[in-house]
Amino acid sequence: GSTLAALRKSGSRFQRSRRYPDIISTVEFNYSGDLLATGDKGGRVVIFQHEQESKNRPHLRGEYNVYSTFQSHEPEFDYLKSLEIEEKINKIRWLPQQNAAHFLLSTNDKTIKLWKISERDKRAEGYNLKDEDGRIRDPYRITSLRVPVLMPMDLMVEASPRRIFANAHTYHINSISVNSDHETYLSADDLRINLWHLEITDRSFNIVDIKPANMEELTEVITAAECHPHQCNVFVYSSSKGTIRLCDMRAAALCDRHSKFFEEPEDPSSRSFFSEIISSISDVKFSHSGRYMMTRDYLSVKVWDLNMENRPVETYQVHEYLRSKLCSLYENDCIFDKFECCWNGSDSAIMTGSYNNFFRMFDRNTRRDITLEASRESSKPRATLKPRKVSTGGKRKKDEISVDSLDFNKKILHTAWHPKDNVIAVAATNNLYIFQDKIN
Amino acid sequence: MEVDRRAMECAVDAQSLISISLMKIHNSRTQRGGIKLHKNLLVSYVLRNARQVYIKEKYAEIYRMQQYEEVMAVCNEIQELDPLDLGAEDGDEEEQGRAACCGEESRPAGSREPEQPYYRSCCMEAPPGSPCDQFAPNGGGGGGSHCNKTTVLDLDTHVVTTVENGFLHQDCCCAAPQCAPGAAARKRKVDSGGCAPDAEEPSDFTAARKRLKREDCSNPDCNPDYTDTSNISNLISIFGSGFSGLLSRQADLEQVCSKQALASLGAWTRAIVAF
Repeated sequence: GSTLAALRKSGSRFQRSRRYPDIISTVEFNYSGDLLATGDKGGRVVIFQHEQESKNRPHLRGEYNVYSTFQSHEPEFDYLKSLEIEEKINKIRWLPQQNAAHFLLSTNDKTIKLWKISERDKRAEGYNLKDEDGRIRDPYRITSLRVPVLMPMDLMVEASPRRIFANAHTYHINSISVNSDHETYLSADDLRINLWHLEITDRSFNIVDIKPANMEELTEVITAAECHPHQCNVFVYSSSKGTIRLCDMRAAALCDRHSKFFEEPEDPSSRSFFSEIISSISDVKFSHSGRYMMTRDYLSVKVWDLNMENRPVETYQVHEYLRSKLCSLYENDCIFDKFECCWNGSDSAIMTGSYNNFFRMFDRNTRRDITLEASRESSKPRATLKPRKVSTGGKRKKDEISVDSLDFNKKILHTAWHPKDNVIAVAATNNLYIFQDKIN
Repeated sequence: MEVDRRAMECAVDAQSLISISLMKIHNSRTQRGGIKLHKNLLVSYVLRNARQVYIKEKYAEIYRMQQYEEVMAVCNEIQELDPLDLGAEDGDEEEQGRAACCGEESRPAGSREPEQPYYRSCCMEAPPGSPCDQFAPNGGGGGGSHCNKTTVLDLDTHVVTTVENGFLHQDCCCAAPQCAPGAAARKRKVDSGGCAPDAEEPSDFTAARKRLKREDCSNPDCNPDYTDTSNISNLISIFGSGFSGLLSRQADLEQVCSKQALASLGAWTRAIVAF
């Protein structure tokens, strides 16, 4: 694996939400990698921007600074069901940039919003009908007319909600994905997937519905969904049973019948009380090439070739040493943690999180893997991250950490990889760490 | 897929897993954001797996317990008692059926026999007029209900349970002295010769099984109810009853985590279908 140098860590200076700690719940680079969006449990979105290189200040190269902060979702109450709707941001997805403004979709359990983030660095001055303070002038005192001029001002970044896509999901939304046509997007909850047009908020098409006629017969739910990066008619969705279905929207209006069905047969010798839980897929991501997809279940990451349905082409163990601890992890609910995974820009490496603020990277070509830690101690600015190791056998080597010493409250569920460069963003509870390759 | 105990990585008590799982489902009712369907579904899978293992272990335990002579003694005792309420089934037929079963059991059938006396003694219905009648939906005294209804009294945990069409209806917790004292006395007599006094009472699990046994005594291993255990509805049915039972038992939550919990289950898994 490549050596990563800590560049900057941030998060400590953010004001805590008055209701809940700002635990980061989603991290996403935009298409160029210049912007990095994070969503948190308090419903806020914080966007970081990559500072341009400056010859005068070379040490700032590659730094990400806060660009915009706004409250995306507020807690709501569904009076009909007597349920509170959490404001936690489940997913953020950027739209491809088409003009000076940036657009992103953010969603909580029930409502998706399209936000426009735009810069304002000029202000009009010299109005005729109002003075500089904004007070309306007495019209009788206006003796001449002038054209207002645009004067530079301090950069202001504004976020405004442009569309609100509501009331289309009975169950909790777990995924949104922008289609390659840049006009539509899909949203998925536990049992249904809807297709939206970005311009139309009062209507969506239901394209997948796995709700059984009798809810007592429910055996699986949808856990993640994603559009194919190039083929705008293709999408996949994963299930709690560890299967992935690829659907073609040209084949039928309702994609209940899949075009491809990906499943790896279960190993009967590894059967346990918790087999169903650990086989549930928590994330699915297409490779940038569109030829592969990657799934994350509790203990492993699997890479699938879209042309082979009966088994993955690669399987990487993230933290196999947890297999003997499943009972404790069930008791403390950790076994339900939903880890995400991501590809690097060239699809040569994949990354996913683990516990104790560890995250793992796998090089698909060399089959080497590395475990790194995101923590204040280990990430002094410009310090190189030291590989970590969890000791699984009886003898613990120096610098190794034993399984029983792992802190299961420090979990890295959300990571993101810059679409082009070797820059990664790692969310550790309420801190965001940004690491990048050594420049020299 | 069947859960093989030997394949378990960790030494886990199936019973405690069941308790933990039920608590999780109960807690999910009050979690912010509403019931999480995915998580509850996964918990119900753990419940199903634990139940499979628990039942297997329970039967293995029962098999080891009984002696052939005690089987006969118990059968004789039981033939004097009130017939079980099987609705359409005639009481006499039932007695004959049981006699036939006992007759079958009188054949040396080794490991299968020990199961029967325990089953018999615990499957006895509370006599009419007992305080438990109020809890049995169709009355404990043999109202003419339809043929798939069975009321069973478990004396170890003092729970009356009604199994109807494979659906388990809750259940009461009556103290031993209040509930069917006559029957209790008779059962005690039977038990002393039959079941080991400290035998763990599987309650609702075996109640359902026992209904099946009645249908096919010659093959106690036959288990049509569990051939499709992959179907969650089966699981929910076994545990199901009105959720109001759960709400009224807030004070009894302490008991939930104890081993007695198995005898006083509410419809915890109804949370899954609460939408």
